[in-house]
Amino acid sequence: MRIVVLVKQVPDMERVKFDCEAGRVDRSSAGTEINPFDLNALEAAVSIQEQLGGKIITLSMGPAAAEDALKDTIARGADESVLLSDRRFGGADVKATAKTIAAAIKKLGGADLIFAGIQTVDGDTGQVGPETAGYLDIPHISNVDFISAYSETDITVVSNVMEGSYVKKSSYPVLITVTKDINQPRLPSMKRKLSARKAHIPVWGYEELQDYIREDEIGLQGSATKVKRIEVPPAVTRKGQVWRENVEEAIDGLVEVLKKAKVLEV
Amino acid sequence: MKMTEKDCKGILVFAEQKKERIHRVSYELLGKGKELAAQLDCPLCSVVLGPPDMDVAELIYRGADIVYHITDPMAFAAPDEVLYEQNLVRLIRDVKPEICLFGATNFGRSLAPRVAAKLGAGLTADCTHLAIDQGQLVQIRPAFSENILAHIQSTAYPQMATVRYKEFNEAPRDTNRKGQIKAMEAYVSDNSPVKILEEIVKEDFDIADANVVVAAGAGVKAKEDLKMLQELAELLGGKLGASRAAVEAGLIAKDHQVGYSGNRVKPSIYIACGISGAPQHIAGMKESGIIIAINSDPSAPILNIADYAIVGNLYEIIPKMIRKLKNMKS
Ligand SMILES: Cc1cc2nc3c(=O)[nH]c(=O)nc-3n(C[C@H](O)[C@H](O)[C@H](O)COP(=O)(O)OP(=O)(O)OC[C@H]3O[C@@H](n4cnc5c(N)ncnc54)[C@H](O)[C@@H]3O)c2cc1C
Ligand SMILES: Cc1cc2nc3c(=O)[nH]c(=O)nc-3n(C[C@H](O)[C@H](O)[C@H](O)COP(=O)(O)OP(=O)(O)OC[C@H]3O[C@@H](n4cnc5c(N)ncnc54)[C@H](O)[C@@H]3O)c2cc1C
Repeated sequence: MRIVVLVKQVPDMERVKFDCEAGRVDRSSAGTEINPFDLNALEAAVSIQEQLGGKIITLSMGPAAAEDALKDTIARGADESVLLSDRRFGGADVKATAKTIAAAIKKLGGADLIFAGIQTVDGDTGQVGPETAGYLDIPHISNVDFISAYSETDITVVSNVMEGSYVKKSSYPVLITVTKDINQPRLPSMKRKLSARKAHIPVWGYEELQDYIREDEIGLQGSATKVKRIEVPPAVTRKGQVWRENVEEAIDGLVEVLKKAKVLEV
Repeated sequence: MKMTEKDCKGILVFAEQKKERIHRVSYELLGKGKELAAQLDCPLCSVVLGPPDMDVAELIYRGADIVYHITDPMAFAAPDEVLYEQNLVRLIRDVKPEICLFGATNFGRSLAPRVAAKLGAGLTADCTHLAIDQGQLVQIRPAFSENILAHIQSTAYPQMATVRYKEFNEAPRDTNRKGQIKAMEAYVSDNSPVKILEEIVKEDFDIADANVVVAAGAGVKAKEDLKMLQELAELLGGKLGASRAAVEAGLIAKDHQVGYSGNRVKPSIYIACGISGAPQHIAGMKESGIIIAINSDPSAPILNIADYAIVGNLYEIIPKMIRKLKNMKS
């Protein structure tokens, strides 16, 4: 059983600053963390491995600094990690990202199960999982918040699509995207943290993947969308009336607001 | 085989159906699609996958010039992304549209990227605006947890996007409109590697269409206390919402969650009761008409984005409000 978990390092959204005037995101303003949904993806893999054994490999495409995120995944239960990092991977959109990840999975010899987060908190497209499955030519099941059963050959999950919850069963290989509701990620133990620090994370650049992908399929060149401009909309200013002491007065005030908004006639 | 600008013409809107009912986002896409088609001077087409006897004329009434009806008695009754993808890719290769739009529903967000990958096309996620600039589609979408708007263009054909529900007006309905319905048997209708065993039937609740939302946070201590919030919501013709903390505490079902990993809502009135105002919560409700906050902590961030706020104990304030509203009604 080989399980691959896709993880992305993202800026800490509580701290990142947005420059309205220049229309840019100042990534240096914040630390980084593992995309929160990817911790749920990893936890799902770890809980399956506890029952079935096998190996968990975490995979991330990003700058050299993403090594930290991968070490953290080892502390949290991954057996191995691979970092996909190369200047030529830079500027990738989802298409180029998914193709590069698919190439790396092929180089690993494929996977039975692939877990990804439902979306990231930065790029936030939610497309990398399904597109990776598309490029690998394997099925995917998205928006999964419950794993009902699994075995050496197949997995049954609950997928929330089309305003419903559907129980879906797939044989391997399959890619699954998970929500925050699927589990509660455990914290790494002190012991694992220490050994993760010493872990060696192999870095694969284009050279390592060239049997599986062409150079014009990666990075900016391999992308099919371009971000032309970023706009940081100013925060909407709200009326900002606050009542503090007198509850009666506050309620009278609110009722006036509700009357004006015409929601009292129902 | 790559599609180029020269071969591609027309706009194709994917119409999502469940039990033969078409999702309303499809009508919104037809409304916007009509505008774009007028600017590009090209036809507006729609594709729907469903049983052969499904009535698809509604898509013509809503502005489609051609409706491609891919039929199979069973295959499209459940959301099977692989079957949908295989059929759509075949159709798109035949029709060669320059623009392809999907609703950014859970299913659209799962299906469109598979289709894009098979076509080798780009895909812009979750758009809130679309425009034409020099014959090219400009796609505008929020990113970074709703903090920025990115302007995106595709560099391959077809130009594909998923578009958020409730951003555009529905196309008006004109039952005299004429168009062409092209029914065709599904290219592929079985052998999907994913088996859909059952649909879990749940309470039919959709918070996205509420005009008033009364939302409970961790400040609401017990399940039975929700009754007073429910009563307030009913008096205002609204529905109950919740923060993630309230859902996690088991107060209320996940369908009620508002926020980044829950539902996005845009009611006329949003009343946040005992909700601190974490960025992930605000991401789901900041476009509400009027925001009202009830919170005992004068430094709670929700107060910064509220139009009206009462600093105080919700257990005192809400019953008093209910009494006042009831007195007014009688
Ligand atoms: C403002 C902005 C808007 C953008 N809009 C678009 C757009 O509309 N269309 C488009 O094609 N590109 C877009 N991009 C580029 C896109 O964000 C990047 O390609 C990014 O590498 C992957 O997309 P994501 O962050 O949206 O991931 P998502 O698709 O949201 O991620 C889902 C899951 O995939 C996995 N995953 C994602 N990225 C990686 C990675 N690098 N390594 C390993 N696993 C990963 C994780 O498990 C993650 O939880 C945009 C970029 C910016 C800055
Ligand atoms: C990736 C990710 C996604 C997330 N997605 C979502 C999401 O979709 N939706 C969401 O809501 N959260 C989401 N969260 C969680 C979010 O960060 C907050 O933890 C959550 O919103 C807090 O809920 P809360 O405001 O109800 O609780 P708290 O932050 O605990 O706030 C409770 C508030 O109640 C007030 N209060 C207490 N008692 C009373 C009283 N008697 N009267 C009046 N006020 C009182 C307190 O002053 C406090 O302000 C997400 C987090 C992450 C990391």
